[in-house]
Amino acid sequence: MEIIITGLLLGGTYALIAMGLTLQYGVARIMNLANGENLAVAGLSAFWLYTVLNINPVLALAIIVPAAFVLNWLIYAIVLRPLVDRAKSRGQLEVDSILATFGLLFILQGVMLLVFGGGLFNYKFLNVPYEFLGRSYGLNRFIAFGGAAVIALALYVFLARTRYGTAIRAVAVDPVAAGLVAIDVKRASTFAFALGGALTAAAGSLLSTFYTFNASMGVLFTMKALIIVIMGGVGDVRGAVVAALLLALAETVVSSLIDPGLTLAATYALFVLTLIFRPEGIFGRRVT
Amino acid sequence: MSITANEYRTLAMAIVAFGLAALVPQFASGHTLTIAVTIVEYAALCTAWTLFSGPTRYISLATAAFFGIGNYMVGLGIDTIPFAALVALSAVGAAILAALVGLATLRLSGVYFVIFTLGLAELVRQVVTWWQTNYTTKVGLYVFTDFREQHVYWMLLALTAAVFVTGWLINRSRLGFAMRIIGNDETVASHVGINTAGAKVLLFMISGAFIGIVGALLAPRYAYVQPPSAFNPMISFQVVIMALLGGTRRLWGPLVGVVPFIVLTDFINAQFPDYTNIVIGVAFIAIVFLVPDGVLGRIEQAIGAMRARAGPSADAREEPAE
Repeated sequence: MEIIITGLLLGGTYALIAMGLTLQYGVARIMNLANGENLAVAGLSAFWLYTVLNINPVLALAIIVPAAFVLNWLIYAIVLRPLVDRAKSRGQLEVDSILATFGLLFILQGVMLLVFGGGLFNYKFLNVPYEFLGRSYGLNRFIAFGGAAVIALALYVFLARTRYGTAIRAVAVDPVAAGLVAIDVKRASTFAFALGGALTAAAGSLLSTFYTFNASMGVLFTMKALIIVIMGGVGDVRGAVVAALLLALAETVVSSLIDPGLTLAATYALFVLTLIFRPEGIFGRRVT
Repeated sequence: MSITANEYRTLAMAIVAFGLAALVPQFASGHTLTIAVTIVEYAALCTAWTLFSGPTRYISLATAAFFGIGNYMVGLGIDTIPFAALVALSAVGAAILAALVGLATLRLSGVYFVIFTLGLAELVRQVVTWWQTNYTTKVGLYVFTDFREQHVYWMLLALTAAVFVTGWLINRSRLGFAMRIIGNDETVASHVGINTAGAKVLLFMISGAFIGIVGALLAPRYAYVQPPSAFNPMISFQVVIMALLGGTRRLWGPLVGVVPFIVLTDFINAQFPDYTNIVIGVAFIAIVFLVPDGVLGRIEQAIGAMRARAGPSADAREEPAE
């Protein structure tokens, strides 16, 4: 029971990371392999804001999220849009964007190593026991889960209920047709990429309240996010949430019952099962 | 299928090139020899990588996993099994891993493949570490052999030659023919009855086996094998950069990228060790923007343009010799 709750609480943050990635891949058509670095930058920034300036990590979201939005907007506009413009086919863009985001991955990681060094970082924030169903958990985990849930709900309302959210979903379905109905596809793509980056950064700062960080852990989170997105089905927000909870649960079960060193093996096991049985995602429909 | 005069010429040139390369340890020593070994190491890795990723255009990041398997195989067995047998076992082990990865992902689109290989080395490293800490007593392994730096160099050079011969043989075989059709249009390939997934898996296994052998041959160089160094994901990324920098349309294209990049990273590591990651990042972005078809692709483009200017007839005469 304790394992299940811990797993589900972790899943909230994972869902947020995966939503960021699915927006970037589904709408902006960029397979962003530097997504995890975004998360690491946000986590380290939250650490720095808390330990040096004494800013509460939840309030720090108000600084980190807009900053990540601007940073990702610039990355898309400067580095990635030229690739989208020159690509002759979807496959070409995929290869180019994979290589370019590898570049971003190493640059961001390199900068973080220069600034923060290669050590481990964590800080104590609201690390007080909280009773839930007769057991106690860290209060910070509940805060992080709650924060993730609020942000995810806001995203859902934005995409489903507002005019611009609908435009973004239209671009995800068909960029050419979206252009025909007077949607500025370039702007919507850039916005979606920046928003995706901001979501991941939010997840990073929430995660940093209870997770030990280092400058080179980004790739691991990119891996997790990618697997969640594939399990849930590309562009499927509901699928991403379910997949994130499943993945976090599997990781927690393996690390507490078998060995903490085998979490990636658990992730891969889920990945392989997905690829073999449901490559179109949990809720996806088979297209032939 | 006879061998053309042009191919004889290429063969003669290749033999001379390998002969000259084999003389390097006679003149080089110390740091120069170390760099020379690293250059042949990556020459072998990049050509083996291009064997699969060149024709399929799938970016494989599994290099470190195959390399680590070879490295570890030698570390585990050096005290009991002859070195040559370990090299063969490494090839088999890497090929089996390649087959598993290929069967899981190569039926689907390229993105799944990249993602799967991205974490593969880390996955194998975790499993090996877990197995060693739980079922054996030690995590690191010592590899003591009589091989010295120049022996490693010669073995790697011979392996690189073997990769080239294999590439040439594949090109003349049914598999190579199938790969060319798949490269042109995968839908057409499957409609004329080519088992596209099967062909890709087979090619990936061949490429993986060679990378496994490189890992095995390098184990004596390090003398001490442990999971973080054997399954170092940087190997995978560096191989991708060097191969793409040179160009992957021809099997010898990566060689053009290997030499300058090794010299550059050696310089960076010595002078600005904190900037290694940033340099690698910039290299990736530079490749995408400046030389998407590799340096070799650029040169061929330039030659093509010059010939076109010299007159279309000259171009037409040259073409059949290709």
